[in-house]
Amino acid sequence: MNKIVHKEIFSEKVVKFDVEAPLIAKSRKPGHFIILRVGEKGERIPLTIASADTNAGTISIVVQNVGVSSAKLCALEVGDYLTDLVGPLGKATEIHKVGTVLTCGGGVGVAPLLPIVEGFKKAGNRVVSILAARNKDLIILEDEIAKWSDEVIIMTDDGSYGKKGLVTHGAEEVIKREKIDECIAIGPAVMMKFTALLTQKYEIPTQASLNSIMVDGTGMCGACRVTVGGRTYFTCVDGPEFDAHQIDFDEMIKRLGGYVEEEKAAYERFQVLN
Amino acid sequence: MSFTKEFLKQEREAQWRLDLRNTIKNKERAAIERVSMPELDPIERAKEQRVEVNTGLPVEAAQKEASRCMDCVNPTCIDGCPVSINIPKFVKYIEKGDFMDAATTLKETNSLPAVCGRVCPQEKQCEAQCFYVQKMKKPAVAIGYLERFAADYERESGVQNLPKVAELNGRKVAAIGSGPASLAFAGDMVKMGYDVTVFEALHEIGGVLKYGIPEFRLPNSTVDLELDTLEKLGVKFEKNYIVGKTASFDDLKGLGFEAFFVASGAGLPNFMNIPGENYNGILSSNEYLTRVNLMNAAEEDFDTPVLFGKNVAVIGGGNTAMDSVRTAKRLGADRSMIIYRRSREEMPARVEEVNHALEEDIEFMNLNNPVEYFADENGRVNRMRLLKMELGEPDASGRRRPVPVEGSEYDVPVDLVVVAIGVSPNPLIPSAMPNLEVSKWGTIEVDMDTMQSSIPEIFAGGDIVRGGATVILAMGDGRKAAAGMDKYLKEKYSTN
Repeated sequence: MNKIVHKEIFSEKVVKFDVEAPLIAKSRKPGHFIILRVGEKGERIPLTIASADTNAGTISIVVQNVGVSSAKLCALEVGDYLTDLVGPLGKATEIHKVGTVLTCGGGVGVAPLLPIVEGFKKAGNRVVSILAARNKDLIILEDEIAKWSDEVIIMTDDGSYGKKGLVTHGAEEVIKREKIDECIAIGPAVMMKFTALLTQKYEIPTQASLNSIMVDGTGMCGACRVTVGGRTYFTCVDGPEFDAHQIDFDEMIKRLGGYVEEEKAAYERFQVLN
Repeated sequence: MSFTKEFLKQEREAQWRLDLRNTIKNKERAAIERVSMPELDPIERAKEQRVEVNTGLPVEAAQKEASRCMDCVNPTCIDGCPVSINIPKFVKYIEKGDFMDAATTLKETNSLPAVCGRVCPQEKQCEAQCFYVQKMKKPAVAIGYLERFAADYERESGVQNLPKVAELNGRKVAAIGSGPASLAFAGDMVKMGYDVTVFEALHEIGGVLKYGIPEFRLPNSTVDLELDTLEKLGVKFEKNYIVGKTASFDDLKGLGFEAFFVASGAGLPNFMNIPGENYNGILSSNEYLTRVNLMNAAEEDFDTPVLFGKNVAVIGGGNTAMDSVRTAKRLGADRSMIIYRRSREEMPARVEEVNHALEEDIEFMNLNNPVEYFADENGRVNRMRLLKMELGEPDASGRRRPVPVEGSEYDVPVDLVVVAIGVSPNPLIPSAMPNLEVSKWGTIEVDMDTMQSSIPEIFAGGDIVRGGATVILAMGDGRKAAAGMDKYLKEKYSTN
């Protein structure tokens, strides 16, 4: 049981929680994720850690309300407890000094991007960050990202904040403007796919962090399998980050829809009851 | 604890055993037919995921079966038991009607008797070594059924006789993983006076007993009772804790843990790496069974989803394949098929599971191997291509090698495929310990007598050492590791 000590509502559907997890706060590294459960009948939900406070013994997670499980999570308040929390899971991001790093975050993908931005900056890199979302309300953690970035570019689909356009538009401008040594992309699968296509064109090594469907998150079930460079990997133990130019994004996107009918039906039942 | 021949002989000469042997002539004992296990009607039971198929022996049947046992001078059955249960003693207690004593005898060496009585492949172990089989060409004494009988009798009596526990010796040890190997280890260590903590990554204790084996074969309540016994003996359980990740081995050493038993299981499911295998609706047996058993996904009020297939193919011929295909049937499949590349003869599954599956109308498509899957426009599998096989010469495993019949491909419609072709060792723990010696398959290398690894304070057992075995072999490892670790710690502290 892990207590929620802070809750911040970023937008109608996006919430940030600080949760007591002293051991994980100490052992987690950028790129790691956790799995949590809400209630004894709850699903195991994987979420990448956005930040941690070792003194307070807390970790931060950002969640978007998209279905039954995330709705139950978003409804929790300060003082409530998560039924289960385990981590840190996955491989940590490989962070080193490469020169200039372009980090691209889409939607709630900005949350897992935050510790990576911090890591690359602390490793002595120049960091240019692009935050993208559908509209102004969905841009999150701008100040936190800015703290560890040399430059932050905001892109919104509707132009309500920053520049109008997709993350790839912003990224291409930067790439044309200066030499980029490495790129990190985290966000919706489609966003990562097109970012990868762009950086492939410019031959920039790129990592993407995948949010595959998982059950146990420890390598046991294989629900999270993904094809990278023609081979099957498990996102939970081999990832979550992979060489974005090698990921079969089309397969990955289809696999994300593997339970879409079941999830839709469950959400409808849930909304009727609540 | 293993028994010496002298000790067993002495026990056999106890007055009550002598008296019992004299009540019936061996010839009469041998004339009794082996009992059969009462079970639910196959049509009815195949509708229920949570109702146990075998209902257990009634008292009279158990006593009659126990009276078949001749209480041999040389009880070879014990040699067939990986955890060395004092088989003749507990069987004779049943014959005598002292069922609680029978249960206590089991618990002397077996932390999970109600589990073993249900899931052990007895026909390959104790029962294979029974005098009836060895010398008389008759069916063995039903040791497995009797084990279950005694364990269940105790549970139903509501009285829990706890085995003796030595006084705490002040030494803290850890078990990593909470499956059968760890539980057997923890049971033995706590009895020897150690302060034992079991660390589990998932949100439930029990490992494969909970996430893997379905309730129609092993009810969760049975597992929970055995866990409760361990807890009462003093074993501590920590859920949601991954040693090497949540905290390091060094962190735990800092907390006073002096030795570790790694039994993290064979986590990674194997796939065949054939075209189309990543389509939706194709999943590992681990995923399928975890969703249904651990996450209760088939029940509407639980949040985890599961796919309900109409035409379900399960690839493989082991116990996990049987568990998966019978689960699919229970979740409403019209066709539940086993696709196995060899023949019935070579199937690794327990005979009882295969028979139960046959009774439940599972289709066995033996000598068939999938070569490719096809999907609809959404990426959901809708067809599999099978290749017929025939048996050739025996291979390294001693089983006849399946050889493809050229040009024999044909397609079968499917909407759910469960791949149950084995597992590989979970790399989580070995990767956290760079100095640990592992084999090329990723299993931890140990001395098979003591289960000690290349790092003296690390012991290991179960599937992380064997790469995929049975509950009882894992438990045998746990017991050996407990003895090995006890010896190691005693020697370490006697020299200091």
